Amino acid sequence: MVGKNCFAIASDRRLGVQLQTVATDFQRVFKIHDKLYIGLSGLATDVQTLYQRLVFRHKLYQLREERDMKPQTFASLVSALLYEKRFGPYFCQPVIAGLGEDNEPFICTMDCIGAKELAKDFVVSGTASESLYGACESMYKPNMEPEELFETVSQALQASVDRDCLSGWGGYVLVVTPTEIQERVIKGRMD
Amino acid sequence: MECVLGVVGRDFAVVAADTSAVQSILVHKSDEDKVMVLDSHKLMGASGEPGDRVQFTEYIQKNLHLYQFRNNIPLSTAATANFTRGELATALRKNPYSVNILLAGYDADVGASLYYIDYIATFHKIEKGAFGYGAYFCLSLMDKLYRPDMSVEEAVDLVDKCIKEIRLRLVVAPQKFIIKIVDKDGAREYARRAYTDSPSEAATVTA
Repeated sequence: MVGKNCFAIASDRRLGVQLQTVATDFQRVFKIHDKLYIGLSGLATDVQTLYQRLVFRHKLYQLREERDMKPQTFASLVSALLYEKRFGPYFCQPVIAGLGEDNEPFICTMDCIGAKELAKDFVVSGTASESLYGACESMYKPNMEPEELFETVSQALQASVDRDCLSGWGGYVLVVTPTEIQERVIKGRMD
Repeated sequence: MECVLGVVGRDFAVVAADTSAVQSILVHKSDEDKVMVLDSHKLMGASGEPGDRVQFTEYIQKNLHLYQFRNNIPLSTAATANFTRGELATALRKNPYSVNILLAGYDADVGASLYYIDYIATFHKIEKGAFGYGAYFCLSLMDKLYRPDMSVEEAVDLVDKCIKEIRLRLVVAPQKFIIKIVDKDGAREYARRAYTDSPSEAATVTA
């Protein structure tokens, strides 16, 4: 979700196999660089494989270009990587959030074959995506300060995952401004 | 109906597995060791397709030994787990292995650790875990009774309670189990459990 010169990216923490919960501390939001984060929902093995491939590509980029990737460029990279596997896809839906030129917030989401969807306010993915759309739409206001953005994102996340049996078991929220990064773990309904 | 379970205690980890080798309605043998000792301080409990299980665990074991021969130091548990995950992930979209793995190890700097690696290469570091139908009974037992920093006796007692529950509640439950432990002194077999171990159970079941 986009705020005033900042963004927030959040996820739940469940790792499960259909009805069975395996772990409640699974990491789904990953750092690419200080001002670029990617959240990956979907099949856990593909989340991990895709993250490793993306970090590899970004590190190569850093070596060659001697700078960090812009969020728009990174989104195009993810889209290309996913479309390469068009007929045998990674079962992941990424959510990309970053601060671009002049610290302008950038967010986008994609489906599992790389169809980019840019937005100015918020993007969602996962099993609870429909709930998330509803919760974010009703709670979002433009130009929120980081503290208010954190509250909004946490409430929207909790409200949505509580309606989805496959999501939840805690929340992880990251708020990034040009000067600092705040991460917080939220304890919600542990069911 | 194969079950593998693992628990991390204070500077040790325990992995238990059933010892039945079953094909459809036939029990080929009931003393099959499914917890492979990878090297001096690592255990790999595996369940799944029998051919894949033996092939894959031996493959990991031999590669581990090769690394040690080439580099004169053993691979750490975390690195081993990531290597295992990488092999499963690479094979996944070509020639997948149907093996679920609980990898336990002891490193001097990190202590004991347990990794959950399922057949589609989902990788996670855990304190307690289980695979198979037995997991449906064990996981909640472990959630209730597990505490961090348990002693060996407490951890094995928890494993015994899980085994008892599996025997009692799982239809066609495996009766015999093997329990292996890994700590600073190495990876070794700790105990075997057979049906005759607890006569009081027999009374409960037949009553």
